[in-house]
Amino acid sequence: MSDTLTIALSKGRIFQETLPLLAHAGIEPLDDPDTSRKLILDTNLSDVKLVIIRASDVPTYVQYGATEVGVAGKDVLMEHGGEGLYEPLDLEIAKCRLMVAGPSQSAVNGRRMRIATKYVNCTRRYFAEQGRQVEIIKLYGSMELAPLVGLADRIVDVVDTGNTLKANGLAPLHHIADISSRLIVNKAAMKMKSARIKAFIRDMQAAVIGRRQ
Amino acid sequence: MRDNDRLHKDRWLLPEGIEEALPEQAAGLEFLRRRLLDCYRSWGYQLVMPPFIEHLQSLLTGTAEDLDLQTFKIIDPLTGRMMGVRADMTPQAARIDAHQLHCEQPVRLCYLGTVLRTRADGLGGSRAPLQLGAELYGHAGIDSDLEILELMLESLTVTGVDDVYIDLGHVGVFRGLARQAGLDAHSEAALFDALQRKALPEIRSLLDDCNLPDNLRAMIAALAELNGGDEVIAEARQRLETAPDDVQRALDELDAIAAAVHQRRPDLPLHFDLAELRGYHYHTGIVFAAFVPGYGQEIARGGRYDDIGRIFGRARPATGFSADLKTLMERATRSPAAGQELQRILAPAVDDAALRAKISELRADGKCVISQLPGQIGAAADMGCEWELALRDGKWAVVAAGNAN
Repeated sequence: MSDTLTIALSKGRIFQETLPLLAHAGIEPLDDPDTSRKLILDTNLSDVKLVIIRASDVPTYVQYGATEVGVAGKDVLMEHGGEGLYEPLDLEIAKCRLMVAGPSQSAVNGRRMRIATKYVNCTRRYFAEQGRQVEIIKLYGSMELAPLVGLADRIVDVVDTGNTLKANGLAPLHHIADISSRLIVNKAAMKMKSARIKAFIRDMQAAVIGRRQ
Repeated sequence: MRDNDRLHKDRWLLPEGIEEALPEQAAGLEFLRRRLLDCYRSWGYQLVMPPFIEHLQSLLTGTAEDLDLQTFKIIDPLTGRMMGVRADMTPQAARIDAHQLHCEQPVRLCYLGTVLRTRADGLGGSRAPLQLGAELYGHAGIDSDLEILELMLESLTVTGVDDVYIDLGHVGVFRGLARQAGLDAHSEAALFDALQRKALPEIRSLLDDCNLPDNLRAMIAALAELNGGDEVIAEARQRLETAPDDVQRALDELDAIAAAVHQRRPDLPLHFDLAELRGYHYHTGIVFAAFVPGYGQEIARGGRYDDIGRIFGRARPATGFSADLKTLMERATRSPAAGQELQRILAPAVDDAALRAKISELRADGKCVISQLPGQIGAAADMGCEWELALRDGKWAVVAAGNAN
C-alpha cells in the first residue's frame, strides 16, 4: 500500500505551535489555513497532507483511520477516552491546565454542586474520585458566564493565563490535570505503515527535544 | 408535531447499531456462511450452536469486565436469575469443550451466529455482529496457535479479503514483567491502560511512582516502543535481556511462530507489537490480529487462552480466533459469490401438469423457477428473470425472456 501520511490538526494555537515541529521534520504546508478555504492542505511533500478540523474531532478522525496521525490536546483525549488510539509523544506545546474554577469566595453546602463544562467525562471522573456527586451541565463555550448568571456553581475548563477568569471575577480553585498536545496515531496505521510512522514520530521527537534547548 | 404522529412516522426506525440484511446482502452473507462452514468442516472443526441466551454467570466466566458491560441482561421470570444474551461465543465454546465433550484428545470447534453487544465496537459499528470463530482445545504449543492463525487467514481468503497484515504479540511479556515488579492491582491496571495507548509520557510517570529497580522500569517502558517489523524480536531480546525466564520463553514462542509464518507464507506482512494486550485478562500466550488497508481497526483477532474451562471443571489449553462476518464482507476486495448466482426462470400462470413437472425438474437441477401469479403485474425481465418457460412444439422449454410468444 502507498505510504501516504495525513495529519489531522485543529486551527489556532495547536496549528501555529505544531508548524515549527513539522518544519523540523521537513514538512511545510503550501497553503495557509487562515486564508485558504481548503480543508485538506498540501505540503512540500507530495505524500503528506494536513487536514484542518475542530479540536474535539481530531481523536475521532484518527481513531477510525480517516487520518493516520493527528495532534490533539490531552484535555480532548481525556474527554474522548483515548480508545483505539496511540499517543506516543508529548509535543510539549499548547500547554495549559484543566481546572475547577468558580467565584473566589463561595461555598456550596447542603446540595449537589452544579458544574458547567464541555468536559463532561473528565468532570464526572474527577469529582467521583473526590467522592462528590455533582450535577453536570454541558455547555459548548463561554463557560465563565455560567456562574455569573446562576446557571452553575463552578466550571471545569482549561486555563492558560487565567485572565478570562479574573476578568469575570472567578478564580482557579482545583487543579485536575496538566495539559499539553500529544501526537496521536491510528492503531491500524501504526501496524501497516510502521516504518513510515515510526520515522515520523522520531523526527517529531527530535523536534520536541530541539525546541527544549 | 404530536408525540403520536412522531411515533407513527419513525416506526420503521431500527435501534442504533441494529441492522437488517436486505436480499442482496443476505444472499452474500449466506453464501459466505456456507463456504466458511464447509471450509471449517474440511479442516475437522465441528460446528456447535451455543444458546443465544444463558445464565449470566456462565457467560462471563474467566473473561474481562469489558464483556460484562457489553452483555445485554434480562431476569429469567422462571427463576429470578440473571440471564445474558451472548456478546461473545468464545466462552460458550469453552464451556462446551470443558463440560460437555469429556474428550482428552484435541477438540476442534467452530461457530457462526449473531451476538448482541451493548456498545458497538467500531465506526458506525454493529451491536449485533455475525460472529464466526474456531477454537482448538487440548494442545499447548505453537503448532495449535499456527493452525488457528492459518485458519483465520483461510477464512479471510474465503470471504474475499485480500492485502492482509498480521499483527503478532504475546501477553506473557507484560505479564512476566508485571509479576516481577510485584505491581498492585491498581498500578497494574493503570499501566496496562497507558500501555494500550502507547502513552509513553504517562507510562514513565506511572513507573516513577512505582518504586521499581531501574532496569525493570526501563524494560516495562520499552514495551511501548517494541513494535515494528522483524527487527523487533532481536531488539526485544536485547532490551529485555534481564527479564525473568517466562518473558524469555514468551519471546522464544513469538520468534518460533514468526519463523513458521514466514516460511509458510513468505508474502504475508508481519508486524510485532509487545504492548498489544487486547484480551489481556483472559489471553495467556500468543495474540494476533488481522488488519487491511483503508480500515482503521482490526478485522479478525485471536490468540491463546489456556485454562478458561477451569471454572467448568476442566482446565485445558485453548487457542482460537473470531471475526464479524458482516465486517469481512464489507471489507472484501472481491466477491466470492460473483458468477455463482442461480439462473432465474419465470413460469407462466398456467394450470398444467406437464408444466408443473418441468418446474420440479428444473428446481431439482438447481435452477430458480418463479411461478407467475394470475393477473400479476410484471413480465419476466421485471421479475429479474433472464429466462422463461414457454411451449415449444407442445413441450415446455426454457427460452430467453421476452421470446415466449
